[in-house]
Formats: sequence, C-alpha cells, structure tokens
Amino acid sequence: MAMVETFYDVMRRQGITRRSFLKFCGLTAAAMGLSPAYAGKIAHAMETKPRIPVLWLHGLECTCCSESFIRSAHPLAKDVILSMISLDYDDTIMAAAGHQAEAIIEETIEKYSGNYILACEGNPGLEQEHTGGMSCIIAGKPYTEQLRHAAKHAKAIISWGSCASWGCVQAASPNPTGATPIHKVPDLGNAPIIKVPGCPPIAEVMTAVITYILTFERLPSLDRQGRPKMFYSQRIHDKCYRRSHFDAGQFVEKWDDEAARKGYCLYKMGCKGPTTYNACSTIRWNGGLSFPIQAGHPCIGCSEDGFWDKGGFYNRLTSIHQFGVEENADEVGIAAATVVGGAVAVHAAVSALKRTQSKGDQE
Amino acid sequence: MSTSTKSHSEPAVYVYEAPVRIWHWTNALAIIVLCISGYLIGSPLPTMPGEASDNFLMGYIRFAHFAAAYIFIIGFLGRIYWAFVGNSHSRQIFLPPIFSGEFWDGVLHEALWYSFLTKEPRKYTGHNPMAVIFMHIMFVWGTVFMIFTGLALYGEGAGYDSWQYTYFSGWIIPLFGQSQDVHTFHHLMMWVLILFMIMHVYVAIREDIMSRQSLVSTMISGWRTFKDKRNIDDGH
Ligand code: HEM
Ligand code: SF4
Ligand code: SF4
Repeated sequence: MAMVETFYDVMRRQGITRRSFLKFCGLTAAAMGLSPAYAGKIAHAMETKPRIPVLWLHGLECTCCSESFIRSAHPLAKDVILSMISLDYDDTIMAAAGHQAEAIIEETIEKYSGNYILACEGNPGLEQEHTGGMSCIIAGKPYTEQLRHAAKHAKAIISWGSCASWGCVQAASPNPTGATPIHKVPDLGNAPIIKVPGCPPIAEVMTAVITYILTFERLPSLDRQGRPKMFYSQRIHDKCYRRSHFDAGQFVEKWDDEAARKGYCLYKMGCKGPTTYNACSTIRWNGGLSFPIQAGHPCIGCSEDGFWDKGGFYNRLTSIHQFGVEENADEVGIAAATVVGGAVAVHAAVSALKRTQSKGDQE
Repeated sequence: MSTSTKSHSEPAVYVYEAPVRIWHWTNALAIIVLCISGYLIGSPLPTMPGEASDNFLMGYIRFAHFAAAYIFIIGFLGRIYWAFVGNSHSRQIFLPPIFSGEFWDGVLHEALWYSFLTKEPRKYTGHNPMAVIFMHIMFVWGTVFMIFTGLALYGEGAGYDSWQYTYFSGWIIPLFGQSQDVHTFHHLMMWVLILFMIMHVYVAIREDIMSRQSLVSTMISGWRTFKDKRNIDDGH
C-alpha cells in the first residue's frame, strides 16, 4: 500500500475516537492563540499531510519531559499526544529494546533523511571528550555521537525542556560532566534549533509545536533566544491571576500566614514569575487544571537559563557568588555603603581637625 | 551680578549655565525617588490590609519609579545635547582628557590633597580632575547602565511589540543571561550610584568649606567665586 500515513491514521489505529481527535485540534488551536477556525485547518492537516517522523533521543536528563507528556490529566488528549511522539524512537516508551531499538534509529535516519524532527530530551556531557571519562553511554557509544549523527540528517531539532535548552541541574556549577545545551554542542550540522524550555515544558506546548510545523509547513516564529514566540513571549507574572495582589501590595510573608490562605502574591516568598518566560499562567498544567502558583508555591523560574544556580528558590533577590560569600545585591550594597560612609565620616573628622590646626598656624 | 558675593576677590566666572543647573537638581531629585522606589520594588513594604481592589500600593511605587525614570532619561538626553551646545564646562564630565599629562598631574594632586599630604588645594574654574574621573566613571556610565537595563526591564512589562522591548529588552536580556540577572545588576548599580552620592555630597560640602572656590552655591547661581586673589592654577 503506497498510501502516505498521516497522524490521524496513527491515532485511529491506536483507538483514539474522532471526537477526541477534534477536541485535541480545538485545544491546540487555542493553546497557540489561534482563532477557533484554525481547529479545522489543524484537523485537515493531521488528516491529509504525511505525519512528521519524530526521533526522540535522551541524553543526561531526568525524563520529566516524557513524564509531562504522559501525565497530561486530560485523558483523551493524552492519548493523542502520546501517539504523536512515540512513533519512531523514544527509548522510554517504545516497545523495541536493545539492537532492535538501535536499528530503528538508523532506519528512520536513512528513510526520512532531511525530513524528520529530532527531539532532544537532555543534553550530552562533553567533558568526556577531553578527559576520556565515560558518561551517558547509549548502546556502547557516547550519547554525543548518537546526537551528532541524528542531528546532521534532521530537518529541525527541538530542544525539549531546560536540559536541552539551557543545561539545567546537571550543568549546575561546577558541572563535572560538562553537560552542554544542544545549541552549544559543536559539530552538530545546520538544522535549526527550536528551544522549548521548562522543567518540564507543558505537554500542550510540546504537541502544539509539532502540530504547528505540520499544519503550516514551517517552523513557528522564534524569539532571539530561539523559543517559539507564541508560548514564551510573556512572563508568568504578566498573566498571573495573583497579579492584582501584587499591584495592591498584598504579599504572603510566611508559608502559613493568613495571606497564604487568602492566595496573595508570592513575590516575597521568592516567586520568579516576574523574570520567567513561560505559558504556565495561561495554559496551566495537567490539561489546564492548575499551575504551581495556583497551588500556593512560588514559580522557581524553571524555564529560564541558569535558574539552578541563582541562589535559593525562596529568595526574591539573587545570590551573588563573586564575593566569596553568598550575598544579595542589598547586602553587598549596604556593606559597601557602610564602608564608604564610615570612611567619609573619618575623613570629615580629620579634615576638621586639620583645618583648626592650620587656622591656628595662620594666626 | 555676583559682585555682591562676600568672598569675592577677583572676577567671578560663569561656569554652570541654567540648563546644567536645572538638570542637576531635577536629576538629583529623580535619583532619590528612583532609589527609594527601586529599593521598595526589590523589598516591598508589609502587606496591605483589605481587598485587592481597594489598594494599589505596589502599583503606585512602580509608577513613581517609572515616572522618575523618564525624567531621569529625558534629562540625561537633554544634558548630552547641552554638552554639544553649551560652554566648555558642560563637556567636562563626558570627556575626561585622559591623554593629557597635566590632567593626571591634577588627579595626583587631588589624591595628595585628600590624603592630607599637601597643604594647599588648587584652584579650579570647572571640576577638579579627580571629580571628573569619578563623575565620568561612576555617574555617567552608571547612568547609561541604569537607563539601558531599566528600559530592558520596562520592555518586559510593556510587551513584545513595544519600542522598549525592540530596542532594549530584546538584546540586553540575552546579553546578561536572563531577566533575573538584569534585575540583579540593575539593583547592584543602584548601590554604586548611592556610593557616588555619598562621596559627591561629602566632597562638595567639604570643598565648599576648605577649598579656594565656591561649590554648592555655584550649582545654584551658576557663578564660581573665589576666596583669594591668586591666579587660577588648574592648568587651563
Ligand atoms: C538612578 C537610577 C535607578 C535606580 C537607582 C533604580 C533602582 C531600581 C531597583 C533597586 C529596582 C529593583 C530591582 C530588583 O531587585 O528587582 C528597580 C527595578 C526596576 N527599574 Fe529601576 N532604577 C533606576 C533607573 C531606572 C530607569 C531609568 C528605568 C527605565 C524605565 C527603570 C526601570 C525599572 C524597572 C522596569 C524595574 C522593574 C520593576 C518591576 O520588577 O516591577 N529604572 N530599579
Ligand atoms: S505570585 Fe508571582 S507571578 Fe504571580 S503576581 Fe505574584 S510575583 Fe507575579
Ligand atoms: S510556574 Fe515557573 S517554575 Fe513552575 S513550571 Fe511554570 S515556569 Fe516552571
């Protein structure tokens, strides 16, 4: 049978009803900020265009991106999402194992060379290239080799999550394995890289990116840091439902205070919403059920570069390590002002003394 | 005009033209508002009682910050313009003559004077060389830094299609790493400006008392008056 296989075919084969398929198209259009009319366009693309093969590789990571997919609370959308990503190779959820599994990678790369999307979860540890140490070995070879090989034939690379996009916890100082985000790995070929940061990213955002590429036959427009604008152009703080308490100056001061019960703003508890670009406050998590701030916990800025090395998650001001001790900008500033203020006071006293002396001399 | 000044003993010199003086004092006020409101943005006041709809404290503090910020920015742009069209003193803080040996000699002299190692201060019509260095590095570049980082932070709230985002946030945030780092450095530089202000105010008052020329009154009237009859020996 020479018929091209579509995403819709795969979904139907996996027992997904047309009703939940259309629901998925509607949700995805909404998540992308498109008008409801686009739901039809998306459905049409899913039904007629050849599905995009996705190779899903895992480097140094915690699998939270995959978990994000399969924990989607919307039971029907979840199946759709799963059928979109588990298609070709994903060592967490595919059925094949061992040599069989590795053969699938080669097969996909050959068959779809230049047409598949390489989805990277996690990143490679480059330190081994210098020291000869070993980390992240897949099928007897360093992950870096697998990554380079697959990347060179890909149409586009998606850096899933903060590991692939920024480095994340395994890249935390002093970064012993040399964990390096995908876009900084040398010798990776020329495929464009789309960053979908978050620890993990939101499931709806992940599928929407693939759906967008399928429907519109181009990559979504990216910001300067390579993130799709439609999901990463606003901060959590810009759309946070607690924002009115922020503007009013009503803050949670302690975890168990009255303000915490009333759902006031978590700014003083270290909320990184004002510095974090992500869609949590609009799309939310687990099928729109909730998101961290709604559950009473400040945003830790998980989709931002370096969030793992910026001091306590519960401090508003960043710790500055350059001074040997952990201090924030105010502590550094007050210390400096005290020193300078003290010096000024002493200088003034000496000046006054000298002046009376020299006056005495003149007389 | 200033002939009535009591310590006048040789012709007073008109140093600071009106735009410079107006800028100096509005700018001083703007910076004070910026420091107080900025500090309160970083560490807000205790929680307000009542309904959210009855309060807008953080909103007002941020408004004060942004309003003062625009006065600060427009004032600085105007000041740069005046450096082109104003008298030679109006260019001093922007262009320290770092290739002039005389200038560095003056810096050395000021260092000695502030270390109580020389008996007599020199006499200057404009700023003394040491002051020029501090004003140029801490104040001029500090101001540029605050304006650039401040507009980058502002663009985040104003949104993707704002000019602040296009011209500032878009490249400044990736340059620092991420938004949080821009906040941290914007905050740190506030303390640099506060250090500058402590020294600036102290030195201005001290020189007013101990040096051979007027200072504080000069920034009010524009006229530099001198306390003795000997020549100006600032090398100009
Ligand atoms: C003397 C100059 C200035 C001082 C001392 C100052 C001080 C501060 C401080 C301490 C903060 C809090 C930072 C933090 O920890 O999050 C802040 C925030 C901010 N500043 Fe400034 N600032 C100055 C100039 C400006 C300028 C020129 C602008 C431009 C519009 C600006 C815009 C902002 C914005 C948008 C924020 C963030 C407000 C928020 O997070 O809600 N600042 N400033
Ligand atoms: S809880 Fe966080 S994101 Fe929400 S308004 Fe407060 S500071 Fe902003
Ligand atoms: S609210 Fe903040 S920390 Fe939580 S998932 Fe979203 S971006 Fe990450």
